[in-house]
Amino acid sequence: MTSLLTYTLKYLPSTSQWALRFSMRPLSCSSQLRAAAAVKAKSKQTLAKPNMRNIVVVDGVRTPFLLSGTSYKDLMPHDLARAALSGLLHRTSVPKDVVDYIIFGTVIQEVKTSNVAREAALGAGFSDKTPAHTVTMACISSNQAMTTAVGLIASGQCDVVVAGGVELMSDVPIRHSRKMRKMMLDLSKAKTLGQRLSLVSKFRLNFLSPELPAVAEFSTNETMGHSADRLAAAFAISRLEQDEYALRSHSLAKKAQGEGLLSDVVPFKVPGKDTVTQDNGIRPSSLEQMAKLKPAFIKPYGTVTAANSSFLTDGASAVLILAEEKALAMGYKPKAYLRDFVYVSQDPKDQLLLGPTYATPKVLEKAGLTMNDIDAFEFHEAFSGQILANLKAMDSDWFAQNYMGRKTKVGSPPLEKFNIWGGSLSLGHPFGATGCRLVMATANRLQKEGGQYGLVAACAAGGQVCHRSIIGASRKSFPWKQNKFIQECLI
Amino acid sequence: MVASRAVGSLSRFTASRMLRCPGYICRSFTRSSALLTRTHINYGVKGDVAVIRINSPNSKVNTLGQEVHSEFIEVMNEVWSSNQIRSAVLISSKPGCFIAGADLNMLTACTTSQEVTQISQEAQRMFEKVEKSTKPIVAAINGSCLGGGLELAISCQYRIATKDKKTVLGSPEVLLGILPGAGGTQRLPKMVGVPAAFDMMLTGRGIRADRAKKMGLVDQLVEPLGPGIKPPEERTIEYLEEVAITFAKGLADKKISPKRDKGLVEKLTSYAMSIPFVRQQIYKKVEEKVRKQTKGLYPAPLKIIDVVKTGIEQGSDAGYLSESQKFGELAMTKESKALMGLYRGQTLCKKNKFGAPQKEVKQLAILGAGLMGAGIAQVSVDKGLQTILKDATLAALGRGQQQVFRGLNDKVKKKALTSFERDTFFSNLTGQLDYQGFEKADMVIEAVFEDLSLKHKVLKEVEAVIPDHCVFASNTSALPINEIAAASKRPEKVIGMHYFSPVDKMQLLEIITTQKTSKDTTASAVEVGLKQGKVIIVVKDGPGFYTTRCLAPMMSEVIRILQEGVGPKKLDSLTTSFGFPVGAATLVDEVGVDVAKHVAENLGNVFGERFAGGSLEVLKQMISKGFLGRKSGKGFYIYQEGVKSKNLNSDIDSILASLKMPSQPDVSSDEDIQYRLVTRFVNEAVLCLQEGVLATPTEGDIGAVFGLGFPPSLGGPFRFVDLYGAQKIVDRLRKYEAAYGKQFTPCQLLVDHASSPNKKFYQ
Repeated sequence: MTSLLTYTLKYLPSTSQWALRFSMRPLSCSSQLRAAAAVKAKSKQTLAKPNMRNIVVVDGVRTPFLLSGTSYKDLMPHDLARAALSGLLHRTSVPKDVVDYIIFGTVIQEVKTSNVAREAALGAGFSDKTPAHTVTMACISSNQAMTTAVGLIASGQCDVVVAGGVELMSDVPIRHSRKMRKMMLDLSKAKTLGQRLSLVSKFRLNFLSPELPAVAEFSTNETMGHSADRLAAAFAISRLEQDEYALRSHSLAKKAQGEGLLSDVVPFKVPGKDTVTQDNGIRPSSLEQMAKLKPAFIKPYGTVTAANSSFLTDGASAVLILAEEKALAMGYKPKAYLRDFVYVSQDPKDQLLLGPTYATPKVLEKAGLTMNDIDAFEFHEAFSGQILANLKAMDSDWFAQNYMGRKTKVGSPPLEKFNIWGGSLSLGHPFGATGCRLVMATANRLQKEGGQYGLVAACAAGGQVCHRSIIGASRKSFPWKQNKFIQECLI
Repeated sequence: MVASRAVGSLSRFTASRMLRCPGYICRSFTRSSALLTRTHINYGVKGDVAVIRINSPNSKVNTLGQEVHSEFIEVMNEVWSSNQIRSAVLISSKPGCFIAGADLNMLTACTTSQEVTQISQEAQRMFEKVEKSTKPIVAAINGSCLGGGLELAISCQYRIATKDKKTVLGSPEVLLGILPGAGGTQRLPKMVGVPAAFDMMLTGRGIRADRAKKMGLVDQLVEPLGPGIKPPEERTIEYLEEVAITFAKGLADKKISPKRDKGLVEKLTSYAMSIPFVRQQIYKKVEEKVRKQTKGLYPAPLKIIDVVKTGIEQGSDAGYLSESQKFGELAMTKESKALMGLYRGQTLCKKNKFGAPQKEVKQLAILGAGLMGAGIAQVSVDKGLQTILKDATLAALGRGQQQVFRGLNDKVKKKALTSFERDTFFSNLTGQLDYQGFEKADMVIEAVFEDLSLKHKVLKEVEAVIPDHCVFASNTSALPINEIAAASKRPEKVIGMHYFSPVDKMQLLEIITTQKTSKDTTASAVEVGLKQGKVIIVVKDGPGFYTTRCLAPMMSEVIRILQEGVGPKKLDSLTTSFGFPVGAATLVDEVGVDVAKHVAENLGNVFGERFAGGSLEVLKQMISKGFLGRKSGKGFYIYQEGVKSKNLNSDIDSILASLKMPSQPDVSSDEDIQYRLVTRFVNEAVLCLQEGVLATPTEGDIGAVFGLGFPPSLGGPFRFVDLYGAQKIVDRLRKYEAAYGKQFTPCQLLVDHASSPNKKFYQ
């Protein structure tokens, strides 16, 4: 415990440097002041638990997030994942043979590399003795990768784990129809010409119609955009409010990009193309332009449009997670503690995207914190309507009483602490990779602003809270799950 | 092609369908029309859009009665005369109901067809004004939009419906023996095309919102919302209103066109319909089909065709006139009185008169995975009841589980369920061979073989493992419940639940109470039955209860008629042309010859000569030759898998020939044969009421029609006595009594009714 404090002091100066630059941005400045004031009033000084290993994030990186169909379009998912891993190796200088385990999250799986974590690790030059596995949990797949890592470390199985996520929406597996597949499989088993001919004679032209990956929830057959539109309507959120929020996300992202705050991005030299250095989906527009768009899902009167939804994105991310004592022994200055997390699930039809609402109070209670203790919120922005619905739900006593079994509302996060470096709407949302981005954004923000606790939340995904540091994220498409993390940051 | 579509659309029109009418509502008037404050309809103005809200007080549904009608006229006149208002939205404030139809009491209160015609004409005039309104009116539909409600909606310029399971559009008038009398017969064909309009009006089927959108019946769909800042139902209605207002504005500003793009098939259909020859062919085909299926017993479908034809061929003035006149005529027919009576009865039998049970049944256990057991399981799991299905062997259990799965999967194929819903429902079913989990059961329904000692055995086994509050229900068709209960430690928890096969299709559940059965046990059984979607009659225990007891004498007569030399085919055609959905000989095959013999023997022993008639020997010989009916592949007919047409089983001839009885020419005309069957049925039913087995004539009618296929056009045995005349029935019975003796002796209650013409079962 004492050593912890010592460390905290040791690294103070570096933070204040950050803080200097920081103070030039009025918006974040105020939050920094508030955060500073709040430090003394925190419900808890630390979230360390007796008899539990402290788990830290040393650092994390991501490839630039690009609109699908742009520079990454000829790559395969493991190429992107490899780029993230190489970037992490470079950033942290972690010796490859020290890594005990590698976990990646992904949603739409490339069938050739179904264990994409392993393929990417081998390609990135990690030891072939390092096991790797791939997890999937829709938009919170990389949150799941990180919490799996936390579990491995906490239980003493591993000391050094790389967790990450990857998604390449430029290419998706499109299959033959079931009938065609069946015929082809039967053909491969047929022994005589007669058998083959009789199988082929059953061929019909409609066998050739392809099967696209489902964009809809399997259980309800509803697409996410459709669900988001209904959710926005249920919370009476207007088209204008949604467009305004999307504009905020793009403007803040642009600003953060311009100020070099998105430090988790590592350049990526795409084979045969120029080096990609930054996200390309950040496009602040005007409300007038946005108002001209037609609804994308509920036509012709819906409110969710291309401009106020997150877009299809290619990208990969990775973070280095260690047991604290191991990190210190290796001489690292970790960015954050990962503290608590919680996954929740709800009705996939009507509450698909409300995960953060349910998870936030739970993880706060678990950590013994209140909304006021949190200095940085990073919530995954699947749709403007979804974010605004969650904010309204958290601010509604009626909702808390009738659907969450709580006496009172938890309250909605103050916007000046909320996604102030942009979010999935503007930075992009590669399903499997967003969670790590949220955690790193939280860690970097806490460090920069001198905050103590951060909280990450994602619909269908997770949230994290961090002590002096971070929070987790979640994702948009996976409906019922959500997790939270508490992270305590060493400064 | 068009013709074949129209005919195809009618193929599902059967007599039994006529009884499924969800939602038509009878509501009694409680307010005097002198009150001039508006109680049902009010409106507010949002911008330049009038939002007209319908919300009848003290009722779950809105119906179109005189009071609603006059308030609607007042409101519309204000809307039309206001300069501030440019368009209007018509919406119901009730979740789950837009307008469920016309007020049935208003129709039944009329004594002449002229009065009914006048009601129709008033509605026609009003709806025509709505149709011609220069200020666009948008109907915002959430919940049932049936009968007059649909006619109002299709008079509006635009329709927006919620895509909710409860939102159903339809013209169920035909199921009540009448026709859409407020312009529906004229507007519907123009809106959805003649073939689809015939389908809707002749089958009365309800159309879900997404289908309605495809047909062109509604213009826009609104998805129901989940939880938000308000309860979902409330916010959905609000949202529907918001969307409707934007469309009303758009229509008034001419930014949105009420005209709809038609698909290629639709264009071709409407082109084909413009050729007089094609139209004539369609009328002819549809009419043939209807005649064949109704056997001339139901006048409404033919009149509907006639009215539609008049409108198309002679113009709408003639069409409207014809519609109102035929509406008036139909409302006065016996058939429509019978069908409306059944509708009311059905509504009554969907209520739990015994109140809520102390403990809600959540865990159900069924013993025996045969046809009945699996059927009961199927209708339970899809209502969310946790159900254990137990049988003695793995093979029998597997067959039962497969039956449940098939039943659910058929619904998926018909798109009534999604495959995901099927899977979740199916997971409510646990198949097992032992009594594990019975300690948590709230109710056990046994459906084991009809054998008293076997039933005693399972009752004892079950009572050893179930908790104290658990109800034991026996699904038996003839064994008296008190005899089963004799083996029980706690007879107050024993009750009879008599399901009809096939369980997922037959709506009736006959619940049998013994003198010892507690009221709470009965309440539990009724609650479960209602949850399973059943129409329920509760009768007193006795041999054959009510349904089996009524059927037995008729069956006995069936055998006698066969022995007298009338062939099974002829007998079938006589009974179906009288209105029974299934011919009498076919019915024996369906029930099973062994079951029929078992019942006949049992009840014959108890009731003696009154149940005599045909010789049991016929059934015994059939059984000895393995002719058990459909289940064994041979009965009176031969049944083959995949072969639709039935051939007579010629081996039966020798049995019947050897047991031939002389026929009595005085009472063997076709009509006499029909009445010999029906009067024995009716007489036994009335006797059941006289003896107190039945509590009310309504339950008797519902039980007979929904459980035994008594002709719906006659409304059930009691309604039949009222409409046909008790005296005439007694006369017929006396005539047959003279020929055959005691079996036809009219019971006292029937004689009482005959002697005082004012006495009616339904006042």
